[in-house]
Amino acid sequence: MFIVLDHVSFSYLAHTPFEISALVDVNCAIDRGESVGIIGRTGCGKSTLTQHFNALLFPDAGKVLIDGSEIRKKSAPLKEVRQKIGLVFQYPEHQIFEETVFGEVSFGPRNMGMGEGELERTVRWALDMVGLDFETLKEKNPFELSGGQMRRVAIASILSMRPQALVLDEPTAGLDPEGKKMIFGKLKTLRDEWGTTLVIVSHSMEDLAQIAQRIIIMDQGKIVLEGPIREIFSQVEKLEWYGVRPPATARIAAEFRKRGYDLDCTVLTPQELAKEIEDKIIQRRKG
Amino acid sequence: MIEFEQVSYWYSDVESLLEIKDEVLNSVSVVIQKGEFVVLLGRNGSGKSTLAKHCNGLLIPKRGKVTIDGLNTMQAENLWEIRQKVGLVFQNPDNQIIATTVEEDVAFGPENLGLPMEEIRRRLEEALSIVDMQDFRRKEPHLLSGGQKQRVAIAGVLAMHPEYLVLDEATSMLDPEGRGEIISLVSRLKGSITVFHITHYIEEAVNADRVMVMDEGRMVAQGTPREIFNLRDQIVTWGLELPQVTETAWLLREKYPHLFPTLPVSETELVDALCLSS
Repeated sequence: MFIVLDHVSFSYLAHTPFEISALVDVNCAIDRGESVGIIGRTGCGKSTLTQHFNALLFPDAGKVLIDGSEIRKKSAPLKEVRQKIGLVFQYPEHQIFEETVFGEVSFGPRNMGMGEGELERTVRWALDMVGLDFETLKEKNPFELSGGQMRRVAIASILSMRPQALVLDEPTAGLDPEGKKMIFGKLKTLRDEWGTTLVIVSHSMEDLAQIAQRIIIMDQGKIVLEGPIREIFSQVEKLEWYGVRPPATARIAAEFRKRGYDLDCTVLTPQELAKEIEDKIIQRRKG
Repeated sequence: MIEFEQVSYWYSDVESLLEIKDEVLNSVSVVIQKGEFVVLLGRNGSGKSTLAKHCNGLLIPKRGKVTIDGLNTMQAENLWEIRQKVGLVFQNPDNQIIATTVEEDVAFGPENLGLPMEEIRRRLEEALSIVDMQDFRRKEPHLLSGGQKQRVAIAGVLAMHPEYLVLDEATSMLDPEGRGEIISLVSRLKGSITVFHITHYIEEAVNADRVMVMDEGRMVAQGTPREIFNLRDQIVTWGLELPQVTETAWLLREKYPHLFPTLPVSETELVDALCLSS
């Protein structure tokens, strides 16, 4: 297992009257090359969880293991952990500060001591991975790019650290459908061709359906449901209980079931739903 | 009535004093009638936010004109009255809340109008009850969720008693729960105030009286939600995506052309159409 959380608990403002318990006895394991979606209502603890993955937060109780070694505040080789696991915050473009795209994307590896020749190759690769052209953009001011392009530059500046896992908090927030498709498509390439482990935090089931293989649902600081994406998405009532809106396709299938048709609720796309309706309603009516 | 007549706009580069003549709005003509609920759709960069900022004179057309109930935004002396008529709510709730409690924030506008105390109180109560935030009146805004903050921002605008409410991507930074809160609020406002809602979430257009679509600075389509959702191929070229319900109906209709006499645009419509026809 690549990332392991073993009975992890964490509180903000611990030992004060304002203590808020954000993670309660959380166990989870993420394998190399997997793509996992984390979902739950605002305040469920999902961002706190992801910040444990690259040593931005340390557990009050329990253990975090990355690639087999335990992460502890004083002793952990934090640099190494943060290079292995890249964390992309929500609206990462708000953190852009360099004056050129090259400066921005090369910032991380340059600080790690990478030489110029390799630096250029790395930046080229990172920009390519997010679908941006190195030659046309390297000298550009990132602040003059469109919102979607800035988002991708910000992701590239994490990729240039060559992380083995990428943890993204709402990577498509505020983007239009095209921008979304672009980002998810690039993330898939990263996973399939480069074996990068993906952990994606999102509010949207429809979005996670495009990329995640396994889903973790959080509520009140706990993992309350976990499993392969289809299994999770079909549990419409449970999802609503945890404040997660099931994808439209599953909701519609569930509605048909209520009306007496035995549609499969694990449908993820309109294509699959249309096929189910065809097989279970239209064809049967004919027969 | 908000009226755009052949409006063009381009941003200028302040530093170099050069006019960048990339037209963000390209000769746009649009009318929003009083009492309508209109949704404007368009991808990022299509010009829809630039259009929104013309509705109360935050931006002034470089060519053409914008009038609100006959008042031209080009004339500076009209702006005070125009801004009382047209209230704008922006994308990021954190940039719009200024006071330290919900109550003070909502009362800020009416106080600045110099209204008597009783009237300010009356408007505060009314606005808080419309957005259903009465129980949060003494809360500090930063402790609220995104959807709640945005409801406070809307209450602050409603307390000014505008005739037109323009929501400039007011849902795009919210989680699904927050978006749902705003959409149901907008449905409740429907009929009592003109609402012009700008978004790239096509499913938010389902309950609109009229839907408009912008692309590359031009108005490319207008119609009822059903008419717009019928333009499947164009929707893709405009960088938008059909709601999953309608996409499913489209897929079925391709194979069974007589299945839906009218295209279902909501989940209930789709399920009803298939269950009731048996």
